[in-house]
Amino acid sequence: MVLDNIEKLLEKYDNGETTLQEEQQLKHYFAQETVPPHLDGYKAMFQYFSVTSEEQFTKDVPLKTKTSNLYKWISVAAVVAIMFGGYMQFNSSNTLEDQLTDEQLLAYNQTVEGLQYLGIAFNKGNEKMQTLNLVSSNLNEGTKKMTHLNEFSKTTNKISKNK
Amino acid sequence: MTQAEFLNTVMPFKDKVFRLAKRLLVSREEAEDATQEVLLKLWNNRGKFEKYKNVEAFSMTMTKNFCLDKLKSKQAQNLKIVHSNYQDGSTSLQKQVELNDSVDWVGKIIEELPEQQKMVLQLRDIEQYEFEEIEKVLNMNATAVRVALSRARKTIREKLTKTHNYGVR
Repeated sequence: MVLDNIEKLLEKYDNGETTLQEEQQLKHYFAQETVPPHLDGYKAMFQYFSVTSEEQFTKDVPLKTKTSNLYKWISVAAVVAIMFGGYMQFNSSNTLEDQLTDEQLLAYNQTVEGLQYLGIAFNKGNEKMQTLNLVSSNLNEGTKKMTHLNEFSKTTNKISKNK
Repeated sequence: MTQAEFLNTVMPFKDKVFRLAKRLLVSREEAEDATQEVLLKLWNNRGKFEKYKNVEAFSMTMTKNFCLDKLKSKQAQNLKIVHSNYQDGSTSLQKQVELNDSVDWVGKIIEELPEQQKMVLQLRDIEQYEFEEIEKVLNMNATAVRVALSRARKTIREKLTKTHNYGVR
């Protein structure tokens, strides 16, 4: 009776027409130790299905959020900036002479010399200017005296009017 | 979506993804890599989860496509996936002895089936999906699913009886 039922179900099963419940029933039936020999093939199939359905995925999946990535890149950028800054600092501490080739140095020295001459000539001119200054101050004194004279003449004029 | 929420959505079906990948790629390592890849893709697209009506079906479709692509590229390079684990590598010798020889055979026979039949059989007989879900995941119509399933089941049993009789005689 039970076997009849199972065989009917198996026929449906072979045609792909069983429901999940009916398949569960079959699975349950074939889970037992002994089945009629002509159904051995089905038993192997259902056993295989229940064994494989227990296999599990055990590997870890590294889930990263995007923000942490951003922070990482910011820190990298900071390190690069600091190193660049240090490099620049180190470079600028060298003296001018170290960086120049001989020719450039020669040109530089000549320029400096020339500028020094220019300075000396300039200073000489300056000295002459100072003598001129002296003259102009003398002249200013003269004009002051002239104003005194003016005052004097004003008063004499007043006196002569009163007379 | 936080990591915990994501894991809660993904946990229930990650093993199914893995088993489908293993059914198609056969090698355990390949299947693990594929599963990892699929889960990472899901994680990167977690913002769009609300749009999908059924995340599980979507993930299974993704797994199917990913594995088929992988198989195709392997074929193009004329390389065969190397595998040595017809039986689960973690099963002990004791368990292997206990298992009926013909149970091993089932796995080998399934391996020889066409990919579509493999997938239908995997989803129905091992993962116990409803027919509607299988249609959705594999993008097939109802009759095609039934025909593929029926063919797969009949082929397995025929080959199984053949090998069994051969062994007895």
